[in-house]
Amino acid sequence: MALIEIKDLHASVDGKEILKGVSLTINPGEMHALMGPNGTGKSTLSNVIAGRAGYEVTSGDVLLEGRSILDMEPNERSNAGVFLAFQYPVEIPGVATSTFLKAAINAKRKFAGQKEIDAMEFLKLVKARAKELNVRDDMLKRPVNVGFSGGEKKRAEILQMALLEPKFCILDETDSGLDIDALKVVSDGVNALRSADRSFLVITHYQRLLSYIVPDFVHVFAGGRIVRSGGKELAMELEENGYAEYVDAA
Amino acid sequence: MAATESTVQTVKDIERYKYGFETDIESDRAPKGLSEDTIRFISAKKNEPEWMLEWRLKAYRLWLTMEEPTWAAVDYPKIDYQESYYYSAPKKSTLKSLDEVDPELLRTYEKLGIPLKEQEVLAGVAVDAVFDSVSVATTYKKRLNEMGVIFCPISEAIHTHPELVQKYLASVVPVSDNYFATLNCAVFTDGSFVYIPKGLRCPMELSTYFRINEKNTGQFERTLIIADEGAYVSYLEGCTAPQRDENQLHAAVVELVALDDAEIKYSTVQNWYPGDENGQGGIYNFVTKRAACRGKRSKVSWTQVETGSAITWKYPSCILQGDNSVGEFYSVAITNNRQQADTGTKMIHIGKNTTSKIISKGIAAGRSDQTYRGLVRILPGAEGARNYTQCDSLLIGDACGAHTVPYIESRNPSAKTEHEATASRISEDQLFYCLQRGIGAEEAVGLIVNGFCKEVLQTLPMEFAVEAQKLVGISLEGSVG
Repeated sequence: MALIEIKDLHASVDGKEILKGVSLTINPGEMHALMGPNGTGKSTLSNVIAGRAGYEVTSGDVLLEGRSILDMEPNERSNAGVFLAFQYPVEIPGVATSTFLKAAINAKRKFAGQKEIDAMEFLKLVKARAKELNVRDDMLKRPVNVGFSGGEKKRAEILQMALLEPKFCILDETDSGLDIDALKVVSDGVNALRSADRSFLVITHYQRLLSYIVPDFVHVFAGGRIVRSGGKELAMELEENGYAEYVDAA
Repeated sequence: MAATESTVQTVKDIERYKYGFETDIESDRAPKGLSEDTIRFISAKKNEPEWMLEWRLKAYRLWLTMEEPTWAAVDYPKIDYQESYYYSAPKKSTLKSLDEVDPELLRTYEKLGIPLKEQEVLAGVAVDAVFDSVSVATTYKKRLNEMGVIFCPISEAIHTHPELVQKYLASVVPVSDNYFATLNCAVFTDGSFVYIPKGLRCPMELSTYFRINEKNTGQFERTLIIADEGAYVSYLEGCTAPQRDENQLHAAVVELVALDDAEIKYSTVQNWYPGDENGQGGIYNFVTKRAACRGKRSKVSWTQVETGSAITWKYPSCILQGDNSVGEFYSVAITNNRQQADTGTKMIHIGKNTTSKIISKGIAAGRSDQTYRGLVRILPGAEGARNYTQCDSLLIGDACGAHTVPYIESRNPSAKTEHEATASRISEDQLFYCLQRGIGAEEAVGLIVNGFCKEVLQTLPMEFAVEAQKLVGISLEGSVG
């Protein structure tokens, strides 16, 4: 069974239609890349899947393991296994990153009917994952994303992803604002999380990221829907020719 | 760290206001209403010396000539002072030890989370518990006595240490100070008295729990804390009341005196019943709290977490008399539903090189309204005085209000004052970010608000910081939908 099935999805913001019939099937273990010019609705798609307020789905459906998630609250979708790595991770002043991580882990545990993680177990788990992602301990003590550099923010996102072990991960322009070293660390982190039952949708403007995170499928997004799909070579072609032909076609 | 999770659990465990139970105890009440007879009744009940009765009557006669203040940004129907009871005590008073305390009363305190009996054994906090009008038990008394600390009901101190009481009572808040303080002088029934001797660092937190149980009863407690030269004490008060449809008046007076090199840290977690969603019921909390930093290099630090009461009218203040004395005010005020709060501080700089710091965090939700009202006054002799004020407001929803009214009066050109203020909302982005990580909306708000007040909460003693964090979450229940 497909992990994620997006069926002819239409959605609007303030009465303006942004998604105009998106269809996409992602099987367990697959890495999909969604590429396209800015302002065509890529981030809208990720927000609609995650259930952000202010987006109205007018028709179509999104199924996670065969079940529609459109009636679920954003936190329920998260607990069911949907993770969105934000393009602009949000600052929460005064809340230590470790406090936030623990709240998130326990929310998921509670949802699954498990007991809360104890302090020692939590510390061990976080430290192990943080080390793999080159996240220093002092970053865990600092307030969520406050004063983090661009690279730190993105690494913190991947750390959260690693801790919450989602089934379906959306990376929204994760490469934006990263220098080459940070890009490599983040990509290594994502690659380490690839597994036979976890799937990814990587949204990006540039081919650059896809040299590190190699996709199984590439989709071109323009005018509110997918206009072309192919293998990883499609990304190279886009790098060569740009998006002009798709923008015109849409 | 565990606070946010347990907040959610606590919210589930309780029906709205978890302290809203009432205890069925036989009580001894003064006749309804206020007159010289009521005051004589109270004074007689307490077996007070003549000077005390005279002092009360003088205050009462003065009060009759005063007008209820109207300058605060709060709105409430006129209080009929004849409709209230001014003295209520559980029968079986005058207790020798905890064993004599009415078991029903002890159960009440257990429900409130203050196991008095255990606290005698467990290390940490010495508790004085005031139930309606009388102080029912003071734990740890013996150990404290041995060190020279006096920690007892003020009604007892009037008998055992009249010289200290006469010297310091109303020396910080004069009898004529304000309408509610004057009323308190006339009818105060009990409260805590603390004296820390020279050079002693009180090794445990002293704590008082106030509880209004009786119907139609006003509570007028009076607290007096004196830290002698070089002494240190950390004191905490907590308050709860049953859930009732009518409003109840709480008009306390707290006076702190710090002599040379003394330090007093006074923390309040105020959780009086706030009334229901429609503003029915709840406590009117009209309180006068003031500290005199009388000695050189003395320091007083007020920390308050105000989550309860229908109306709060409260300005814990510092009179910085001694050279190089320090006053601090850390405040978190949370209002939800129909609550109103007009709170802040006054820092009066008299001595040289006096410094004060004000950190105020206001959180308004529902249809509540709150005002920070602060005064920093620097007198001509306060050479080199410094003040730093920071007022931050956080709004949840679009039907609430937050106002900041800072007054700064500097009459010394060498003084420096700084004022910063911000107002913000819990952003949609922050909320969505938490939700996307699986955290529910109410827990998310609790988390964000706790982060917003962290600077203040971390000044609370450890065990109370945890309680306060939980309260923050509970108070905002139903504020996101």
